[in-house]
Amino acid sequence: MTADQWIALVAALLGGALRVGVPFLFVSLGECLTEKSGRINLGLEGVLVLSAMAAFGGAYLSGSAWIGVLVAALAGAALASLHAALCSLPRVNDVATGIALMLLGMGLAFFLGKPLIQPQAPQIPALPLGQWSDIPAVRAALQINALLPIGLVLALLLWWGFARTRMGLVLRMAGDSANAARALGYSVKRIRLWSTMAGGAIAGLGGASLTLFYPGSWNEGISSGQGLIAVALVIFARWSPLRCIGAAALFGGAGAIGPALQSIGIGWGYHLFNTLPYVLTLLILVLTCRPGTAAAGSPGELTSNPQ
Amino acid sequence: MRQTLIDIGLPVLAVLAALLLFGGFVAAGGINPLEMWALLFKGAFGDWFSWQNTLQRAAPLMLTALCVALPARAGLVVIGGEGALVLGGLACAALPLAMPLPAGMAGLVMACMAGALAGAAWIALAGALREYRGINETISSLLLAYVAIGLFKHLVEGPLRDPGSLNKPSTPALAESMRMGGIAGSDVHWGLAVGVALCVLLGLALRSTTPGFSIRVVGGNPRAAQLVGLPASRLVLLACALGGACAGLAGAIEVAAVHTSANASLIVGYGYAGILVSFIARHNPLAVIPVAILFGGFGAAGSLLQRRLGLPDASVLVLQGIAFVLILASEALRDTNWRAFWHRLAAPAGPSPAQLAAGDKVT
Repeated sequence: MTADQWIALVAALLGGALRVGVPFLFVSLGECLTEKSGRINLGLEGVLVLSAMAAFGGAYLSGSAWIGVLVAALAGAALASLHAALCSLPRVNDVATGIALMLLGMGLAFFLGKPLIQPQAPQIPALPLGQWSDIPAVRAALQINALLPIGLVLALLLWWGFARTRMGLVLRMAGDSANAARALGYSVKRIRLWSTMAGGAIAGLGGASLTLFYPGSWNEGISSGQGLIAVALVIFARWSPLRCIGAAALFGGAGAIGPALQSIGIGWGYHLFNTLPYVLTLLILVLTCRPGTAAAGSPGELTSNPQ
Repeated sequence: MRQTLIDIGLPVLAVLAALLLFGGFVAAGGINPLEMWALLFKGAFGDWFSWQNTLQRAAPLMLTALCVALPARAGLVVIGGEGALVLGGLACAALPLAMPLPAGMAGLVMACMAGALAGAAWIALAGALREYRGINETISSLLLAYVAIGLFKHLVEGPLRDPGSLNKPSTPALAESMRMGGIAGSDVHWGLAVGVALCVLLGLALRSTTPGFSIRVVGGNPRAAQLVGLPASRLVLLACALGGACAGLAGAIEVAAVHTSANASLIVGYGYAGILVSFIARHNPLAVIPVAILFGGFGAAGSLLQRRLGLPDASVLVLQGIAFVLILASEALRDTNWRAFWHRLAAPAGPSPAQLAAGDKVT
């Protein structure tokens, strides 16, 4: 490969990581918030697909990308609150409910999104951060999703909120020891309802960046497991919103390898390279999980912890 | 007795409620729900043609449901049946390329065994990751399914591609003699018989063999299993491998009986629908048979809904999603004291007609 090709490859990887990583960031923040309250939401995959469709539909019908973003957050919150409501029933298990919502969210999205496959919707503006460079590949790579700074601020806010506010403390207490929270007179159900709903809204922003920025259109293959990878990503980030940023960038980079290689003309193994995020997730789980013990930093009430 | 009644009654109620809700859903889109229900029934069970279509779809559903049910009895929630299915189909189509197979029945059996082995290995891997590394099997099995689909696409569009398949990349077709035919000249292939037989066999094995009982102990109470010295990890792996073998076999049968080669038509979501079937059947292999036929029927009716009412092909997915949510919610009703509930309902209703009649006379 020539030097130009190397620059193009690195730029494509960097740009790809920034573009592909944004949905990962939002979904992992949403999952992090939900899990901190002691509940696991495997249905975020369904939330992601449904909100991606809702964002595209909202933007297409209203003519404004930001209304689409709002609709996505609302749709995400609505589906997540269904999860929360179901989980608060007796004898209902949150893992099984997550699987059900995954199927329901996808079904609803494909059903309602059928007329949205052809049209074009207004897109979220890009922030051109690459103006200092005169290499077109670098400039193209640094066209940043305007939702990315929002996600970064949100990560900081969540980190600060968990550590420094009363609300964050109560939420973490519900996640670590429901009995302690009950003893202090808090309703664990209500805390989990609100955090699951807020988590769904945040994940919805990830869906919006799928259809309104990159890839920038609605189709039925828009998300393949990003919502589920986010669950593993939160384990990797040890339930810290700040570490979610790094984890999302890493996974974005892994997801960008296939398209980046294709962009410089290497078509071999496209599908194999696309499985890298999943393989990476599995590898990270193998390295971070220990049999019979809860993962470091995990909220005590999670049902994914070994009993 | 009462327990059995609830075990059967709750899922039936949940499915009926799902149909009702789905009717409301399409009615919101301006479609007559009565017509939708009629078409759904007609497309699924209306005539012999529909029945053939239904049973053809029920066969892989039974096998992928077993891939959820068996690990579930050992206490694992495995949802990666789709991965085992595509790898099973791939292995079945690839075996004749790797080695010369005897023609006819023997070759078909060998190719199907290859599919079952591939599926067993894939799901056993998820089980092993859980037993030896403590990784949540729900997440790992679904991630493995995405890896399997990537692998499948890579091989089918690359090294194993039949150069003659231009529009739709496929592996070379199976030899004519190795294909699985229909039962008694119908479109319903022998995969249905395999599915029913495996459901019955595995159901009986769970109920009345020592390994089956041990698996249920491990799933029901891991602590008790440990105390009586059951080899829990090995039993979990056995359950996963058996379940994976069933899903792999589903893929192999789809290739041998329907598609004749491995290609993208194999990836239509039987693995995911199987999760729902198993949950509705409460992970009981015998109950899987009727539930798979019911949901095979809904799948078969999907195209009729599409053609007659203009509903998108995803409408069946919506119905499945609603049914899944309701089946889980119905578990909350399990502890309800029904007698007290009826008494409470009947108490105000009982004397009211008399009161009403009396009231009528007064006014």
